[in-house]
Amino acid sequence: MGNIKLRKVNKSFGATTVIPGIDLNIEDGEFVVFVGPSGCGKSTLLRMIAGLEDVSSGKIEIDGKDVTEAAPAKRGLAMVFQSYALYPHMTVKNNIAFPLKMAKTDPAVIEKKVADAARILNLTNYLERRPGQLSGGQRQRVAIGRAIVREPSAFLFDEPLSNLDAALRGTMRLEISELHNQLKTTMIYVTHDQVEAMTMADKIVVLNAGNVEQVGSPLDLYHKPNNLFVAGFIGSPRMNFATGAISQPYGAHTIGIRPEHLRLSREGGTWKGTVSVAEHLGADTFLHIKTEGMGQVTARVGGDFGAEHGDTVYLSPDEGRVHRFDEKGMAIR
Amino acid sequence: MARAVSKRRTVFFTIVAWIVALLIFFPILYTIITSFKSETEAIQGFNLIPSGTIESYAAVQAQSNYFKFFLNSVIISVGSTLLALIISVPAAWSMAFSPTKKTKDILMWMLSTKMMPAVAVLVPIYLLFRDFGLLDNRFGLTVMLTMINLPIVVWMLYTYFREIPGEILEAARMDGASLWNEIVHVLTPMAVPGIASTLLLNIILAWNEAFWTIRLTTTNAAPLTAFIASFSSPQGLFWAKLSAASTLAIAPILIMGWFSQKQLVRGLTFGAVK
Repeated sequence: MGNIKLRKVNKSFGATTVIPGIDLNIEDGEFVVFVGPSGCGKSTLLRMIAGLEDVSSGKIEIDGKDVTEAAPAKRGLAMVFQSYALYPHMTVKNNIAFPLKMAKTDPAVIEKKVADAARILNLTNYLERRPGQLSGGQRQRVAIGRAIVREPSAFLFDEPLSNLDAALRGTMRLEISELHNQLKTTMIYVTHDQVEAMTMADKIVVLNAGNVEQVGSPLDLYHKPNNLFVAGFIGSPRMNFATGAISQPYGAHTIGIRPEHLRLSREGGTWKGTVSVAEHLGADTFLHIKTEGMGQVTARVGGDFGAEHGDTVYLSPDEGRVHRFDEKGMAIR
Repeated sequence: MARAVSKRRTVFFTIVAWIVALLIFFPILYTIITSFKSETEAIQGFNLIPSGTIESYAAVQAQSNYFKFFLNSVIISVGSTLLALIISVPAAWSMAFSPTKKTKDILMWMLSTKMMPAVAVLVPIYLLFRDFGLLDNRFGLTVMLTMINLPIVVWMLYTYFREIPGEILEAARMDGASLWNEIVHVLTPMAVPGIASTLLLNIILAWNEAFWTIRLTTTNAAPLTAFIASFSSPQGLFWAKLSAASTLAIAPILIMGWFSQKQLVRGLTFGAVK
């Protein structure tokens, strides 16, 4: 079981409030991603759940038990750190076995569990090596192995992939998702990368300045962002925003249109613009277009739309997919 | 062209480095040379080639028991170092991993005690030692040297511990390690290089300490520093014997320093480059 409840969880350092009070339910077996810009409090929140950071006020419950004051090891959680935090003087085997040794597990059981974890994570051939002799991806797998053997009620990941290169990040993302499907254990994953959030999460918690901006499934957040912040943060490239004369006909203070919801034509359309930069990704092309009414706009078109710098193009919004926001930046539905 | 210039530079700096090193080492070298001279040769003036006699060594050993002093030096320097480590490891641990607002001040205050001239507290400490019956006592001297070197030991360990990433200790905590297990299984093994160089440096400092060792001992607890001093006064100045005594006193630490130089250099520059 790995049911985690946060009740008005608050964190302050002296007079500075980092997290003003968060309520959150995490169901057993869910893959939850905390996402937000740096400094939004997502890591602090995770560390409070882990017990590495004190809670200033509020309550944290795991499986119905109040663990607000419990020591990290007593919470039945396992954590994977950004820097991997492996023990450099121990072999891979001893790294993975460490939590079991601390729990005074029977050596035969330790042997078996370590072997199982190594098999799942493709580390069997590296058990006698030290962390210094491993690549970044392998180190990350050892860190995950150390977490798995404890059979925790939930895994906590603190930006685990940010030290890896782009290609490896993609592979590890898949591996972690597969691991979740295999183990069906609750996972809480902190990242600033919205692509990781969208691709891995069952549920995304978008944080900004210590506040929960929105909680929902990746597609929920994508299709129905609650406010300007979520609209701008989720989705890549970023949503285009426009105010004033352009938003008035929609009865909104601000409108937002995702780059993939703009139709492009060379003949005619709602707004006229000039291509300033064309980023050709192959299947897709991102066009950065200077328009007359909307300013700088990003549009996503098929790779065969051969536009280059200086070309004149016409943009039309996909009318059903224009997001409307009021003066306070809240979505109008 | 550029390569030629840089090679000439290298040669130049190598020569300069050798000259500086020789200048620094020369007094020790000359002491060793003089120790192999007869007393007549020794007072004849500057001469780099000794006759090679070992009569001074024989005389020194005949006059006083070198090994008694040597043993005292070992007991006092190793003892004070171990005692200092036992006290400083937990102290440096708490300062490095759960610092408070006052931690920096405490560290500065500890270091500031090293800035005070030792002679300022000579009388009170002498009186305390006399009243507690610690004069000329190995235990008393061990405690004294522990206290003298404690600030440096704490500072060094603190610096090493600070280099250990906090996340690793947090990982240990998540893994269920108690404070004891955390220190024994995670922190200490990672800090071994730092602790080792602190240990070596402190042994050297304690071995060479002459102010207190000479003043607080006479015969029973006297280490090698007192051994050298004992040759400088009673029968006038006998340079060859004094040099022989000095060579005998510095030889052990010189040999130890030679074998552990890699460790010492690593320890002293630890943390300079990540």
